[in-house]
Amino acid sequence: MTLRAALICFNGLLQRELLRFVQQRSRFFSALVRPLLWLVVFASGFRAALGIAIIEPYETYITYEVYIVPGLCAMIILFNGMQSSLSMVYDREMGSMRVLLVSPMPRPFLLLAKLMATSLISLLQVYGFLLIAWFWGIEAPLLGYLTALPAFLLVAMMLSAIGLFISARIKQLENFAGVMNFVIFPMFFLSSALYPLWKMREASEWLYWICAWNPFSHGVELIRFALYQQGNSEALMIVSLVTLVASVLAVRGFQPQQGMGKR
Amino acid sequence: MKRMTRIIPLATGLLSAALLCTQASAETAFVSNEKDDTLSVIDLDTMTVIETLDVGERPRGITFNHDRTKLYICASDSDTVQVMDLKDYSIIAQLPSGEDPEQFALHPDDHHLYIANEDDALVTVVDTESQEVISQIDVGVEPEGMAVSPDGQWALSTSETTNMVHWIDTATHELVDNTLVDQRPRHVEFNKDGSIVWVSSEISGTVSIIDVDSRQITDKLTFKIRGIHPDKIQPVGVKLTDDGRYAFVALGPANHVAVVDAKTYEVLDYLLVGRRVWHMDFNSKQNLLLTTNGISGDVSVIDIDKMKVIKSIKVGRYPWGIRIKS
Repeated sequence: MTLRAALICFNGLLQRELLRFVQQRSRFFSALVRPLLWLVVFASGFRAALGIAIIEPYETYITYEVYIVPGLCAMIILFNGMQSSLSMVYDREMGSMRVLLVSPMPRPFLLLAKLMATSLISLLQVYGFLLIAWFWGIEAPLLGYLTALPAFLLVAMMLSAIGLFISARIKQLENFAGVMNFVIFPMFFLSSALYPLWKMREASEWLYWICAWNPFSHGVELIRFALYQQGNSEALMIVSLVTLVASVLAVRGFQPQQGMGKR
Repeated sequence: MKRMTRIIPLATGLLSAALLCTQASAETAFVSNEKDDTLSVIDLDTMTVIETLDVGERPRGITFNHDRTKLYICASDSDTVQVMDLKDYSIIAQLPSGEDPEQFALHPDDHHLYIANEDDALVTVVDTESQEVISQIDVGVEPEGMAVSPDGQWALSTSETTNMVHWIDTATHELVDNTLVDQRPRHVEFNKDGSIVWVSSEISGTVSIIDVDSRQITDKLTFKIRGIHPDKIQPVGVKLTDDGRYAFVALGPANHVAVVDAKTYEVLDYLLVGRRVWHMDFNSKQNLLLTTNGISGDVSVIDIDKMKVIKSIKVGRYPWGIRIKS
C-alpha cells in the first residue's frame, strides 16, 4: 500500500461521504435543528440554573446556554457518527459495501478511512452549529475554536468507532431504532452534556458513577476544555483509549458477508 | 573579569528596575469580608488573593485617604472606623464613629469622614486628624448610602426606611433638603463633575437620577433580565466611569451587573457575576471593574473593553466593600 494509493482511496471515501452529506440536506438540517432546539428552547428555561458554582474550565459564572454548547457539539458528533456507521448496515444490505471492499486496500484501512471521512463531515456540522450559537451570543475564546478542532476529531473518531463496532453486530437495518433507544439516548443523557457531574451526584450517587464512567462524558469534557484553550489529560487519555479499543474491535468484528448472508 | 564586574552591577540594576516597574504597575484590591472579620488583598496581575488581614468585627464600607497610604474600614460591630497603614497593613488608629457604621465618604479636604450610623439614624462627621467627632446630624431611619460631592459642598445620605436622600451642607453640617426616592435607597454616587447623582433603590428595583442643582429626580432606570424574577432585581452599588460613558449597577440577588449608557440611561447589557452582587470598584485605568458577591464569597472581574466577566476569585465569607489601590 503506497501513500499515494492510500490518499486516493481516502479521497474517494471522503468524496462519497461529502456527496451523501450534500445530497441528504435534510439530514444536515435535522442534525442542526436538534441541538439548536436544545440551545434555544431547553437551555433558555434553565438560563440562570447554573449561575451558582464555578466549574473548570470556566473562570467565572456561566449561563446554562454556555454550559450546554460543548455537550451539544458532542451530540451532533454522536448522532452523525452513529448514523454514518450504522449506514454501513444499509450499505451492506444494498450491496454497495461489496463495491468498497473490492478495493485492493486492506480492509482495516478502508474502515478507518471511512471513520475519518465521517468524522470530518461531523466537523462541518459542529462548526455550523457553533456559528449559529455565536450569533445567539454564546462565544468561546476565538482561539478556542481552533484548539477544539483536534478534540472534535478525536471524539468523532471515538464515536464512529463505537458506532462501527455496534453496526458490526447488527444484522438488519430495522435494529437502528433499538440502537437509538439503547445506545445513543443513554449515552447522551447519562453524561456531563446536559448537567455537570456534581449536579448528578446531588441527585444520586449511582447515577453520578454511570455518568463518570460513560466515555461520552469524557468526550464532552475534552471538547469543553479544548474550546476554552485548556487541556484535560484524563479525558484525553480515556477518549484515546476507547477510540483505540473500539477501532480494533470494530475492524476485527466487521463481517461484510453478514448482511448478504441473510438474503 | 573586568567586563564581568561591569556586567553584574548593570544586570542587577536592570533587574531591580524591572522589579520596581512590576511593583509600580501592580494593583491591589482590598475586599472587606463581613462574616470573617478580615480583608482579602487581591493582586490584580495574578488575580489571586495574596493576603488575608484580620480587622475589627463585621467590616463593611472601606475607603482610601487621598494619597492612598491609609485605608479606612467601617468595623460595624466594633462600632468604630479603623485606620490601616497600607505600608505594613497595621491598624494605626480607631476613630470614633457612632454606633454601627456601615458606609462612609471622605470629604475632598481628606480629613472629614461622613459616616452613616444605621442603628441611630445619624450621620457622624469625624475629623481624621484630631480623631474627634465634629458633628452628628439627624437623618432618616436606617441611613446607609453616603457620598460627598466632588466640590465638597454636599454630603448625601440615603435612609433605607424613610426612602429619602438627605442633603447635608458640609459648611454648616446642617440638613438642608430631602429628596424622596423609591423604596429602600442603598447607595448614592456622584458623577465626575458633581452635577448628577445616581441613587439605587433596592426594593423597588430602580435607580433614580437626580439633578444636583434642582435636587429633583430627572430620570429613573428600571431593569429586566431574561429568566430572572423582577423581585430578585435589587440594585445596590453604582459605579460611573470617569469618561461619562458607562454606569454599572450591581443588582444584588439577581447576580448580574447592569451596564448602562451614562448619557442616554439605556441599559446596554447584563453581566452574570456571583451571588448577591453588592459593591464595585474600578482599577486605575478603568478597564477592569471588580464586584463583591456576598453569598458566593467571591469577587468577579469585569473586563470593560470586552464587556465580559473574565474571572471570579474566591475571597472570605460575605465580601462587602472593595477598593483598588494602584
